[in-house]
This record gives sequence, C-alpha cells and structure tokens, in this order.
Amino acid sequence: MSAPTDLQERFPSAVLQVGALDDGLPLLCVSPEALASIAAAAKELGFDYLACITGVDYPSDDQIEVIYNLYNYHRREALVIKVRIPRGVARLPSVSGVWRAALFLERETYDLLGVHFEGHPELKRILLPEPWVGHPLRKDYDMNRQQFVSKGPQGEDIVSFDPQEGW
Amino acid sequence: MAPLNHAKDGLGSIVMTTVEDFLRWGQSNSLWPLTFGLACCAIEMMSAQDSDYDMARFGSEIFRPTPRQADLMIVAGTVCKRMAPRIKTLFEQMAEPRYVIAMGACTINGGPYQYTYSVVQGVDKIIPVDVHVPGCPPTPEALLQGLIKLQQAIRSREGRPRPVPFSPAELSEVSRS
Repeated sequence: MSAPTDLQERFPSAVLQVGALDDGLPLLCVSPEALASIAAAAKELGFDYLACITGVDYPSDDQIEVIYNLYNYHRREALVIKVRIPRGVARLPSVSGVWRAALFLERETYDLLGVHFEGHPELKRILLPEPWVGHPLRKDYDMNRQQFVSKGPQGEDIVSFDPQEGW
Repeated sequence: MAPLNHAKDGLGSIVMTTVEDFLRWGQSNSLWPLTFGLACCAIEMMSAQDSDYDMARFGSEIFRPTPRQADLMIVAGTVCKRMAPRIKTLFEQMAEPRYVIAMGACTINGGPYQYTYSVVQGVDKIIPVDVHVPGCPPTPEALLQGLIKLQQAIRSREGRPRPVPFSPAELSEVSRS
C-alpha cells in the first residue's frame, strides 16, 4: 500500500484529498487540526527527512497554503503534504518535535509569510532583521515602501522607512 | 614619473621623480584587498587571485582578513540590506587612502534583483565607489582590468580617483589578450 492511501485510511476525516503533483510526486491535502498527528504518522511510515517547508499566499481565497516536502530514504519515495489555513489567523501546530529540521524551516516560513507555528521553541525571523515590518512573500506586501537597515550601538538591527536614517 | 628604461643595464642609475609621485607609484602597486566575498562574483575574484590569472603581478596578492590592514575593498556579490551597515563599518575601518571596486551587476545597481525588498540597488548608495566592473559575473580579466584602471587613477595627478567608466571595446581588448 502506498503511503498516501495508508495515511488516508488512518485519518479518513482529516485527509481532504489524495493525488499527485504535475511531476508525479504523491500529494496529500490535510486539514490543519490533524497536521501534528499526520506528521507523526508519516515519520513512523519512514518519511524521516523533511526536505522543505514552504508556503503560497492565495489572497483571492483568503488562504495561505503551507507545503511540507518529505522524503523516505529507505524506500526512496517522496510525499508532499499541503495544508490550507486562513490568512487572518495563520496558525499551525509546529512539527519541530517530529523533524528537527523544521526548527529553521518554520522560522523561514514565519519570516516570509507570517505563519505562526504554535509550539515552536524560538519562533523569530531568520533572514530579515527582527524589527522588519510585514512579511514579504504575502501578496499584499507593499513593495513601494522601501525599508532600510542600519546597525545600533550593540550591533542590533534598526529598520526604518526613512533612507536618511538607514545606512 | 620617468620610465625606468635603464633600470637594469646600469646606464641610468639615477631616476628623477617627486616624493609625491613615488608615493603614488608605491601605493598603486601595493593594493591590499580585503578578503570579502558576498556571492558568486567572489568565485571569480578568487580565480583572479590564483595562479591562472595571478593578481600578484600587479602587487595585489595579499588578501587581508582584517580591514585594518587592507586598503582596497572588492565588493563581489549581491549586497543585502542587512549586510549594508556591516559593509559600511568594514569600509570605515579600512586604512586611508582606501579604494572600492564594485564588481558585478548586483553591486553596481542591484543587477537581476530589481524591485525586491531585500537588495541594496547599488553599493554606491552606501560607500563611494572608484571603479565599476560590469558583468554577471565579470571574468577575472575584467576584474584585472578594473584593478589596472584603479592603479592608473591612483598614479594620475588628480588626487582621489574618480569612477572610471568602462567601454565594451576596452573589455574585449582585455579578454583577447
């Protein structure tokens, strides 16, 4: 039995869709409430490598899609898990307890898309400076207002919209 | 300064020059770059330094790991906004007189990273640039050409070198040789 159908049988109400991406990778769309238990079950099935967490903003649907790319090194198969959450309260359970790689990947998704991962031990920005305003990969991020970064006396980052205050 | 035509045959053992010219000549032939690469352009910069292109021919072989001992900053790669204040600090820590070569499209005006939230649109927004070396990435020959342009500017009597523009003809001349 393939891993997606296995997971679908174990979580019949939480798995919304089983399919495949255009390039043939098996796809599993799940509901956000069951993400933590499905992640743990996928790890038990042998998906021990979390390759990537990324996200897409769909403002027309008022939703954000978070995508988990998993890989099973023993059976050499991949699995893609997609979760859709509302844009306004973008919250998801953290999977950092299942895969430690999620510690950085969730911070990146939080940094660029503003998804809050509950249970993450240190959820702060990883690429942009901490006082940065907004999350740039959201479609409503205002690209016309440039932000400028300068360095404070303690080496901390200072962000300003005024180019005179920046660098 | 007078050319050293007879330097080795013993006929002309006296060279007339001024102290100022001599200092400029020495300065232009002992540029110590800062070990400092930001992105893929740094690979070409390393290539310009190693034995194939041998930047040491022009007295510029000693890449210094600290800005206190360097007087040339080759900004090789994309300048992110978060890196910008650090670059400025490094520049201010360098010994005077100090020079900057902006290497590659990203460093000149942001290059392929136009209309982004995170990339500085040209390093000359934060520090003064003496020579721009275009390319994505520039070849090691182009970087050497930029270095030679900088040396010529230092040797000239105009004081601090102005930014020296490149023409495509000059570039092809260098890559042919």
